[in-house]
Amino acid sequence: MSETPHHPIVELTIVRTKEFLRETEAVFWVFGFPLLLALALGFAFRSKPPDRIPIAVVDGPQAAAREAALARSPALLPRIMTAGEARLALRRGKVSLLIDGQRTPVYRFDVTRPDARTARVEADDALQTAAGRRDVFRSSESHVTEQGSRYIDFLLPGLLGMNLMSTGMWAVGFTIVNARMKKLLKRLVATPMRKSDYLIAQFLSRLVFLLLEVTFLVAFGWIVFGVRVNGSIWTLALLCLVGGFSFSGVGILVASRARTIEAVSGMMNVVMMPMWLCSGVFFSYERFPEAAKPFIRALPLTALNDALRAVMNDAMPLHTVAMPMAILAIWGIVCFALALRIFRWQ
Amino acid sequence: MNDLAVSCRNLRKHYEDVKAVDGLDLSIVRGECFGLLGPNGAGKTTTIEILEGLTIPDGGEVEVLGLSWKRNEHELRERMGISLQETQLHEKLTVIETLRLFRSFYANGRNPDGLLRELSLDEKRDARVGKLSGGQKQRLAVACALVGNPDILFLDEPTTGLDPQSRLQLWEVVAKFRATGGTVLLTTHYMDEAERLCDHIAIVDHGQLIALGTPKELIAKLEAPNVVEFASDPPVDRDRVSAIHGVHAVSRRGDHWLLTVDSLAEVVPRLIATVENRGAKLRTLSTHAATLEDLFVSLTGRELRDV
Repeated sequence: MSETPHHPIVELTIVRTKEFLRETEAVFWVFGFPLLLALALGFAFRSKPPDRIPIAVVDGPQAAAREAALARSPALLPRIMTAGEARLALRRGKVSLLIDGQRTPVYRFDVTRPDARTARVEADDALQTAAGRRDVFRSSESHVTEQGSRYIDFLLPGLLGMNLMSTGMWAVGFTIVNARMKKLLKRLVATPMRKSDYLIAQFLSRLVFLLLEVTFLVAFGWIVFGVRVNGSIWTLALLCLVGGFSFSGVGILVASRARTIEAVSGMMNVVMMPMWLCSGVFFSYERFPEAAKPFIRALPLTALNDALRAVMNDAMPLHTVAMPMAILAIWGIVCFALALRIFRWQ
Repeated sequence: MNDLAVSCRNLRKHYEDVKAVDGLDLSIVRGECFGLLGPNGAGKTTTIEILEGLTIPDGGEVEVLGLSWKRNEHELRERMGISLQETQLHEKLTVIETLRLFRSFYANGRNPDGLLRELSLDEKRDARVGKLSGGQKQRLAVACALVGNPDILFLDEPTTGLDPQSRLQLWEVVAKFRATGGTVLLTTHYMDEAERLCDHIAIVDHGQLIALGTPKELIAKLEAPNVVEFASDPPVDRDRVSAIHGVHAVSRRGDHWLLTVDSLAEVVPRLIATVENRGAKLRTLSTHAATLEDLFVSLTGRELRDV
């Protein structure tokens, strides 16, 4: 029985993939973690009417009448409390607004809290109406509920991007540093193996998990939250591929010299933290100052998130996301080339 | 094409203030087994890693199989097999997967299954590397070195920490490789291993060559070819022991005295008399023909293993 050996890249990729699948903890972090995250979000964003904002009415002669008027507003959840209780509840954030005052109400609230401002407007409106105010005209409302513009539609592509970043970087970073610590890298470079083959195999084995990871998260979002992929599935696939490659490249660079798992963990966090915060995972980066935006847009996670949202929510075609894809590709290629030069094999 | 598998001249490597290798010359003939011997920290590993092209020397010339690391790195890597001192292979992979991986790096090589049979690892073919015993792991490491069908094999302390059975199995592997014409360079701090396996031995200490020759030649260098080891109650002090006529050198191992002597027939009766004159009793008395270990002690005044 004589079998022809595979190409080193094929063999390295197979080995890396098997090794990963046999590492139970790693499998959890790639598949279990996004599942838990999605479930937690499922509870937070399950379909239900908007929450009523809890507010406190300080006990007094007017309290009962005020409470009755406020309870008519669909946005408010009033409770009568003593002055002491009410202040404590406000301080602890259990209520967003405190209503006091003898003949005319006095509103006490934190002006920087959006829900408190909402409660103030709603409460004033309810009390004025109860006191006999007549509206000048009758307005009507049209509620935004269509798919593609809810918060969960914004969030899910962001989570997908974040997951591609963290699993890509951790998977590659840990493997490399672990192999370096065990002197396995040193043993490998003592063979005729091409160094670039080893690093390319790191990319390729990521591809296998990328496919599973993305399918899993997108399917979950679709089935549980009805977050549909409005654009082309193939464009989405290509985007995830480019994103996955980009972050593997960053991961290889971060891991290129670290000698211990502790060192590489620290460096990973330093690299990923700014992107968790700035790249629009949980909220839009439009809130950042104008001067910071060019830098934020140049980050790979920002590019990936923008492109994912364009494809998933706005059904944008491939050519419109060429720019973010180029940004991702450049990050991947530059990091990979740099890593190959400075990589510590021993 | 010369008949030297390895030649190095005036090899030097310094780490900060430590001279790991300090002007070493070595010549290893094709087809022989060459042993690099010395205590821990003598510079054995640095030397072998320079020859393996993993460490760049500060100075000196190195040729392996008539090729140089600067110009012929890829060809050299194709033609040599190595086992490092502390490599841990992927624990989660099986034996055959590991060997197939290493096989894929070489243009020409051995069939992994055949090699496993040869190294008596075929029963462990599908076992995870993490589940292997120390001896099996070491044989797998040597299998990874052999799978590229090398002309020269570098083994850095291949049997350190192994049980006697596993050491014997590894010695057989080395013997088989040599039978096919291969050259072997191994480092060890086991004297019996060097005496058993090696055609030539270089003893190094502090990065310098302190003795070179066949095992027999080296032992012959000892002026006194026999060693007497004894302990007594109460102990006899050094001056009395070294005053015995015919004793060349005295060293201590635990509460035992080791005497290197010319003639056992002359010294042993005198030793017994000395002990009895002191009113002491012999607890143990043994003799052996001098070994490389004794040579090392006589060359450096220190013992090999616990330096």
